[in-house]
Amino acid sequence: MEMPANTVKNDIEDFLKDTGFEATIGLEVHCELKTATKLWCSCKNSFGNEPNTLVCPVCLGLPGSLPVLNKRAVEYAIRIGLALNCTVQNSIFHRKNYFYPDMPKDFQISQYDIPINADGYVTLPDGGSVGIVRAHIEEDTGKSTHFSASGRIHESSATLIDYNRAGIPLVEIVSAPDITSSEMAKAYVTELRNIIVATGATDGKMEEGSMRVDANVSVKRIQDSELGTRCEIKNLNSLRSLGKAINYEIKRQVDNILSGQKVVQQTRHFNEDLNQTVTLRTKEEAEDYRYFPEPDLVPLNPGAAWIEQIKAEMPPLLIERRRMVQDLMRETQEIDQLQSAIAILVDLNLDSVFKQTVGIGANPTIALKRLTNEAANAVEAARNLNPEQFAKLIQLETDNKISTTQSKTILSKMLENPDKTLDILISELNIVSFGEAETTALVEQLIKDKPDEFERFKQGDDKVTQFFIGQIMRLSKGQANGKLVTEILMKKRNQF
Amino acid sequence: MDNFFESAYSIAQQIKDNSITSKEVVSKYFDNIESKNSELNAFLITDKQAAIRQAEIVDQKIQAGQQVGTLAGLPVAIKDNICTDDFTTTCASKILREWKPPYNATVIQKLISQDAIILGKTNLDEFAMGSSTEHSAFGPTKNPVDPSRVPGGSSGGSACAVKTDMASVALGSDTGGSIRQPAAFCGIVGMKPTYGLVSRYGLIAFASSLDQIGPFGKTVKDCALVLNAISGHDPYDSTSLDIKSDDYLQYVDRDLKGIRIGLIEEFDEVLDVSLRENLESATNLFKQNGAEIVKVSLPYVKYALSTYYLIAPAEASSNLARFDGVRYGLRVDGDNVEEMMINTRTQGFGQEVKRRIMLGTYALSSGYYDAYYKTAQKLRTALISDFKKVYDQVDVIICPTTPTGAFEFGAKLDDPLQMYMSDIFTIPSNLAGHPAISVPFGTDSNGMPLGIQILADGLNDSKVIHVGSALETLRTEG
Amino acid sequence: MTQDKSFISKEQVLHVAALAKLNLSDQEVTKFTAQLSDILGYANELSELELKDVSPTAHPIELENVFRDDTVLKSIDNSKVIQNAPESLNSQFKVPPILDD
Ligand SMILES: [Mg+2]
Ligand SMILES: [Zn+2]
Repeated sequence: MEMPANTVKNDIEDFLKDTGFEATIGLEVHCELKTATKLWCSCKNSFGNEPNTLVCPVCLGLPGSLPVLNKRAVEYAIRIGLALNCTVQNSIFHRKNYFYPDMPKDFQISQYDIPINADGYVTLPDGGSVGIVRAHIEEDTGKSTHFSASGRIHESSATLIDYNRAGIPLVEIVSAPDITSSEMAKAYVTELRNIIVATGATDGKMEEGSMRVDANVSVKRIQDSELGTRCEIKNLNSLRSLGKAINYEIKRQVDNILSGQKVVQQTRHFNEDLNQTVTLRTKEEAEDYRYFPEPDLVPLNPGAAWIEQIKAEMPPLLIERRRMVQDLMRETQEIDQLQSAIAILVDLNLDSVFKQTVGIGANPTIALKRLTNEAANAVEAARNLNPEQFAKLIQLETDNKISTTQSKTILSKMLENPDKTLDILISELNIVSFGEAETTALVEQLIKDKPDEFERFKQGDDKVTQFFIGQIMRLSKGQANGKLVTEILMKKRNQF
Repeated sequence: MDNFFESAYSIAQQIKDNSITSKEVVSKYFDNIESKNSELNAFLITDKQAAIRQAEIVDQKIQAGQQVGTLAGLPVAIKDNICTDDFTTTCASKILREWKPPYNATVIQKLISQDAIILGKTNLDEFAMGSSTEHSAFGPTKNPVDPSRVPGGSSGGSACAVKTDMASVALGSDTGGSIRQPAAFCGIVGMKPTYGLVSRYGLIAFASSLDQIGPFGKTVKDCALVLNAISGHDPYDSTSLDIKSDDYLQYVDRDLKGIRIGLIEEFDEVLDVSLRENLESATNLFKQNGAEIVKVSLPYVKYALSTYYLIAPAEASSNLARFDGVRYGLRVDGDNVEEMMINTRTQGFGQEVKRRIMLGTYALSSGYYDAYYKTAQKLRTALISDFKKVYDQVDVIICPTTPTGAFEFGAKLDDPLQMYMSDIFTIPSNLAGHPAISVPFGTDSNGMPLGIQILADGLNDSKVIHVGSALETLRTEG
Repeated sequence: MTQDKSFISKEQVLHVAALAKLNLSDQEVTKFTAQLSDILGYANELSELELKDVSPTAHPIELENVFRDDTVLKSIDNSKVIQNAPESLNSQFKVPPILDD
């Protein structure tokens, strides 16, 4: 039985409080780089192709083949390093030796003791911070599909292997063990994802496996200074699984200790169906990777000039883009959850159209609301909005020339018809402007037609207010601005 | 013509002059293959029809007056650890018995682009691991001078083929002496170029930081001719040197005036009488002809063998991991994938390969890495700096290629350490990445050929060709 | 060559064989233990050297920053990829089941 997420969260917090334990979590995030080709060869880096069609002697690990480093992959890795506040340094590649059928050479080329990026950090939206130990370059493996009647690995009768993914460039981002809860882990992964996607180096799609998370979890009694034995949960491919796996693992480890057992260092796997983590292998069977410098590759020394150039050519960092929006929001009225609205705007890549629209003079609050709500449903179209026409639309709403409802109606048409001007859209939609004068005329007409009701209204019967608004909406075919109608009605009551 | 086979260079000239056709030349070599190979086992596979067809194409080009390559029509043999898409490439291992690569090694592309005719693939110690070609899954190659003896190794098949005129020149690979040692044992010339001068793309790796492809020939000039064709930058090999190309033929037949030749002090004590005498007579010839002889010291050279036998197996253990029965080559089934891999590797690899994989795995394993692999890498640094000092004083170093002449079959099979000692004089150049050549000079007490080795600093391939060619001339004159 | 000291034990030989995915017969274990011990014993001469300040050499040549442009070239034909496969199904490599994953 699955419990609602909130219950689980509260449960685990209460559970830790009750038992006097705390959790220490470090995450390893693998993300695929958006290069045109693979890391060591010129095969296309692409998802969802026919099996084994994007392979060559190099990425198949054929005898005699040799790797040659993709320059763009290095550039992207450096972008990620810079965005994570890392030191970008001279590095080398190592071989990590272990046998696995989806790894063509039976070793993975990775970086070991000297990674390209080291010692960075990520600032979380709530102001917290998670250290980045390293962000290094390595290659992806192929993909195995297990066959069986039941769908369970242990009963599979054969495995099929597709090497299209083998050799795709990855950056593995290793966090410090600064994370203390599943909620913080999710916040970190979300923020990390947003930061690195903004660099243009990766698309961060967890569902497609272009971003995968391993979680190292340990628990200890609050008063203990030494960390507990950790377990690694491999290949979490959604935020949901990440949160659930961590909570399950925390509870399992504390229960273990409370019942007098020891936590055994293990690699575990999160089973989505059972909603629990299960043992993959224990430390005794753990591999001895026999790392040694990759003799087929030479040192990677990017140098200050190239790093500077990459920095200059990089898209603006997420944090800078948010700050720019924030600056435009100053001197405007407060809106609820401004920070999260700004984050959404930037994540949707709508900050550029926002800046242009506001630059022309549109009201930033309305622009932000429209872009993060109505326009967010048609993101592609929204990115291509004509800022001038959009700004004009917002101006009509600001000037009370049109109602909010009208404004939203026009915007949705504008998104569908990027080539039509605001004037054409207004006339096609038969939008009638009910500004101050038009609305006043309507209200006066109504007072004349319904003197009894107006009398009751004057005496303070608020029920009649709704009646009047309803009547005016009917007369205006729904196009009058309710707020304006109320304002004018109140003015009339005071006049008479 | 009695000495027709003695110079690939002159054959190439005659083909180009149209005074003989490539088809005639290739047929002559195939006559030898047909009469000799069944006994000597130098070739694992040949394709006469394809070779003749290629030869005819070259002949037509020449007759039509078209431009042809520097190796036009010349019959070449290829060690069977270099990938060819027209021939199986087996590394003389059961595990790759029927493997046909879907691509050509860069050196093969280069030979083809120079219009060479590839006759077939030659025998070797399995995965180039050995010094006798006894460790071939397809039977040993015999030494043509005395068939009861080994041809050396690991490129024994290529050396034997050139010696017996089954090929005009051949390619081998040299990780610790695998070109120079069999060249010396068979009485021909073999050269290991500077690491990075010849692309390794398509050479099935034994020890990546030491492997280098190089030529065999009857003469130094023939080796220079082949080196011209196969050297040069290759974007498919990250360790390939991007340097201006040189014409190595121009260093042949020069005099020795002003050349300073070093003799390594530390080797004195390991030389037995006959080898010392042989080296002395070479030294005297050099001295008489204008070279200056300088005693030099390489204090760390005595550790080269230990260093090599930690580094090479370590890299090999990783390079040979991919032979797991999943994608190509032998598969021996099992109930699950791990068993399948174990069964495949257990049955697919021979004893020497297993021994080195074990040794290398151990040297890299947790707790031993620093003591073995890392220490060996430091020794490599120390040796390179030794060499650097010596090459401030001399142009080249000379020493014997091998500590003995060719030994009898089985003599060292059960004592790997003794077998490894065969490489004691060749290994230092591999560790340093330097060029070296073995030129036939003298014989041992059994009448087996010996070689003198000429070493030079990295990228001084021209110097080993220069001095090697001079020694060759002095030997025939003397 | 005989050694007073064994530089590798049978257990270590078995452990290394497991890491290298090799099965050794009892005879091979005995033989390899002796031979590897011989070789390691010989190589043990290195342990006596003072090399603290020496940096390791992974490469005989000094090269750095060798790159390839990020330009797609044709991959090889699927039929050529699969032709060497010991077993295949629907253009994929087929292997016996994987136990632990
Ligand atoms: Mg990794
Ligand atoms: Zn590829």
